[in-house]
Amino acid sequence: MDIRFTAEEATFRDELRAWLTDVLPTLGDPPDSNDWPARREWDMGWQRKLYDAGYAGINWPSEFGGRGSTPTEHLIFLEETTRMGAPYVGMNFVAQLHAGPTLILEATSEQQARHLPAMLKGEEVWCQGFSEPNAGSDLASLSTRAIRDGDHYVVTGQKIWTSFGHVADYCELLVRTDPDAPKHRGITWLICPMDLPGIEVRPITTVAGSSEFCEVFFDEVRIPVENRVGDENDGWRVAMVTFSFERGTAFISELLGTLNQLADMADIARNTSCNGSLAWDDDEIRREIGRLQAEYDALWALTKRVVSQAQRTGMPGPGGSVFKLYYADVKKRMADLAHRMLEREALVFGSEAGDEQTGGDMVASRLYVLSLSIAAGTSEIQRNIIGERILGLPKER
Amino acid sequence: MDFELTDDQVALSDGIRDLCQGRFDIDTVRGLADCGGVDRRLWAELADTGVFSLVVPEEDGGVGLGWAEAGLVFEQLGRSLVPGPLVGTLLASGWTDDAVVGLIERPIGPALVEYPDVIDALLVVDKDGVWRVDAADLSFEAAHSVDPLTPVGRVAVLPQGEAVVDYCYGWANQAVFLYSALQVGLATGARELAVAYAQERQQFGKPIGQFQAIKHKCADMYSREEVARAALYYAGCVMDATHGPGLPAGPGDYLYFEGCTIDPGDARGDREHQVMVRAISGARILAAEAADHNGKDCVQVHGGMGFTWEIDAHLYLKRAWALTPCFGSLDEHAERIAAMV
Repeated sequence: MDIRFTAEEATFRDELRAWLTDVLPTLGDPPDSNDWPARREWDMGWQRKLYDAGYAGINWPSEFGGRGSTPTEHLIFLEETTRMGAPYVGMNFVAQLHAGPTLILEATSEQQARHLPAMLKGEEVWCQGFSEPNAGSDLASLSTRAIRDGDHYVVTGQKIWTSFGHVADYCELLVRTDPDAPKHRGITWLICPMDLPGIEVRPITTVAGSSEFCEVFFDEVRIPVENRVGDENDGWRVAMVTFSFERGTAFISELLGTLNQLADMADIARNTSCNGSLAWDDDEIRREIGRLQAEYDALWALTKRVVSQAQRTGMPGPGGSVFKLYYADVKKRMADLAHRMLEREALVFGSEAGDEQTGGDMVASRLYVLSLSIAAGTSEIQRNIIGERILGLPKER
Repeated sequence: MDFELTDDQVALSDGIRDLCQGRFDIDTVRGLADCGGVDRRLWAELADTGVFSLVVPEEDGGVGLGWAEAGLVFEQLGRSLVPGPLVGTLLASGWTDDAVVGLIERPIGPALVEYPDVIDALLVVDKDGVWRVDAADLSFEAAHSVDPLTPVGRVAVLPQGEAVVDYCYGWANQAVFLYSALQVGLATGARELAVAYAQERQQFGKPIGQFQAIKHKCADMYSREEVARAALYYAGCVMDATHGPGLPAGPGDYLYFEGCTIDPGDARGDREHQVMVRAISGARILAAEAADHNGKDCVQVHGGMGFTWEIDAHLYLKRAWALTPCFGSLDEHAERIAAMV
């Protein structure tokens, strides 16, 4: 075990840092979070800058235009970009981290040539059409139908939790092509252009009042058969194979952002009165900050273990489910602690809350953390995965 | 960066695991409660294997490994519930010639000393340094320990003892690290016992591990253990990087531990030291809580049987409790970390 970075890794970090130092001041102010066209322009502009500097597709193989970096370099990339306040992957999330890797592993060379360069250059926004109102944790029971009609699939049904659906160009879409087969064996993976007739996108308003999720309705949408990735009825495997691209890096930006937030919270505690005295003088508040720091430090160490395992074996260790389960709980505790310190100001969104501009973030954050134990596999599903796949306990079904 | 065990580290960990399973099976361990917690023949085997001289340099007759390796070894000792003053004996190695050495922080009143019937000497740590008190100079009053594998005796006034070193800080940190390693092992052992029972125990016509109420409890046990293990391994690596060979030497050339929010502009020594202290205290909190919670959950998963002396669940929990109030409460460790946030 050696947590020290090699000379090559240090060089990678230095070069990245130098580039970020030059490029970040040229970006200007980020757009308003409700201005979707401006957000699209911002996210795609950043992706183009990454492309021009050779950092696009950092974990993609070089034969597909990626940088072909090691998992550790990927970790360093996410660490430095977060530390220096670079834009987050934003609406390039699905293209960079899910659809792109799926195409690399499963698509035809025509499909790859059509989409991969555009994804890397920030010319295509992708969204994910997997979940349905009646297929959440039980995703394989999805029922959006696709009926073959000559050279087309005719798709009818409804998808939900489709992030950035209203600004996306393409959707990675799972459809039911064989309703009579066992549920995992009748699914097909399609590339669906979002401008086809019959598609309607309706934003969903979240408990935080934001609208990054959408519902997508398909009414006899005709998708060319040539847009199928993998074989008909083999879509479940195609969707799952993407996980082999996962290297334990999914939550690095999130975790490092949280570490910054905790440092801000400690500053607020040292400068804010709570029940008539400084919040920092409250033993419980101070100790909880120390414990949260210990837990985030440990989760960062766990991340490095998973990444190192990915680097050694090509597959991340079993720490991913553990991370997600544990992190969701710890982050909820941090949000609650922030609210204890802010007292009645915790009722107010925005920069006027609290005596620091971060006060507003804390209010939104307390709502946002509710989704951490739900999105991308609920905490209950994570516990099933740990119990069954890691500990070998018998399956329920 | 390669934060994964090397082949040598895997071999070391497996070797100690084999030793524990061969020489410290649960019947043997339970039997040690009848001889003060230590059988000198078995203890000598641990010593001959190098368990206590792991971090002593080879030129001084030790194994010459680092704290990361010491953590792996103590994790396995904890997992098998190996009793005895393991931490004190390791820390004393190279400083005294005693075979079985207790360890205690000098209390302001009477002292509760562990393994009173078997220690040759007691190391006493206070703010002025570390002191050796010969066992012959201690008179114990009987006390009934909650943990059958951690017998204790009461001493009205600890003698001052003879000075071993005139500083204490590193010793306390190293002790805390080793206690944490034992506790990660205890958390693992308790989880393994619970999972094995959940697989075999049948109710309502199914193994109870098939029910989510039990399965999810086991998953939480594993999660705590894994997070604590990551913290422990990280702390061991930081200790080795801070103390060990291969440190960058030039002025301002500090080791850069990622994820630490301490201002990198700090003087090299200060920053390194802070990173190390924070890592050790963090491992301590997570390991102690994982051992405590996993011990309790292990009792719960066993149902009524978990409340019996016969089932081993209580041994993990009691050992976890015995190891926690040493060298700072968890609140004090949390305070120590908070001061660096």
